[in-house]
Amino acid sequence: MFRFQAFHMYGIIGTAVVLGVIGVAMIKKFRIRDIDGNPVVFMPKDKSIVRYLLGGTIFGLGWALSGACPGPMVVNIGYGFISMAIVFFSAIVGTFLYGVIKDKLPH
Amino acid sequence: MKEIVTQTWSWWFSGAMIASIMFFLLFFGKSFGFSSNLRTICAAAGMGKKTKFFDFNWKKQIWNLVFLVGAIIGGFIAKQFLSTNVPVLISPETIADLGKLGFAAPSSLQPSELFGIDAMLSLKGLLILVFGGLMVGFGSRYAGGCTSGHAISGLSDLQVPSLIAVVGFFIGGLIMTFLIFPLIF
Repeated sequence: MFRFQAFHMYGIIGTAVVLGVIGVAMIKKFRIRDIDGNPVVFMPKDKSIVRYLLGGTIFGLGWALSGACPGPMVVNIGYGFISMAIVFFSAIVGTFLYGVIKDKLPH
Repeated sequence: MKEIVTQTWSWWFSGAMIASIMFFLLFFGKSFGFSSNLRTICAAAGMGKKTKFFDFNWKKQIWNLVFLVGAIIGGFIAKQFLSTNVPVLISPETIADLGKLGFAAPSSLQPSELFGIDAMLSLKGLLILVFGGLMVGFGSRYAGGCTSGHAISGLSDLQVPSLIAVVGFFIGGLIMTFLIFPLIF
């Protein structure tokens, strides 16, 4: 995907986003409710740039190196790639590290 | 008939499935964001006692842990019942590029050079797995989400912060692919 030599991943994510945008717009327009009768709400994210750009870049480095984001990590474990358990465990440790030093990081 | 299910699923089908999952979760009053499970696991393991970030009522997030278990089961079902032994379909150009870095052409879903037993047991292989995971775990919490939370859920809601996060994902991915891979492989 990052070599721009295959459309597959762009197709998957692009399709999901296009359908997602349309569906979320319809949910908002028709005020669709969830199974409990509550309106489906979307929480706005905090407005900043640094945390998304820096955090995203670090994530991207790991994503390209390990070939998986958190969801696919566990799917791969189920598929039989035991080494992905090392990656997943390291991801948990990475999240823990963030929790410990986050107040010293720019947000 | 079985071939339809066991062939590699088309990108538009996979994308539609992912969007369906997001709407399914929204219908049940939840949201689609997988990386928060990493935070929940830390909290469930008791990290909240020392670190404020993990001091929250994680039991409300059990539904997402169930989703995680479902994903593992899904991978298992895919392997046992739905897969043929066709190796991952990547382009000839990619096979050539990876060949220059020392990777053989694909024979399965993942390269054994990174995920095989030998790789796991070698220092370099282990460090790659560990650092890859560390950066995904650290970066996703710092950015407040991974591809499901930002690229799928966030962009569907037209959230600019999610767009910035996705731009970050790509910057990181490109740096790793074009600047760092040639150094380590």
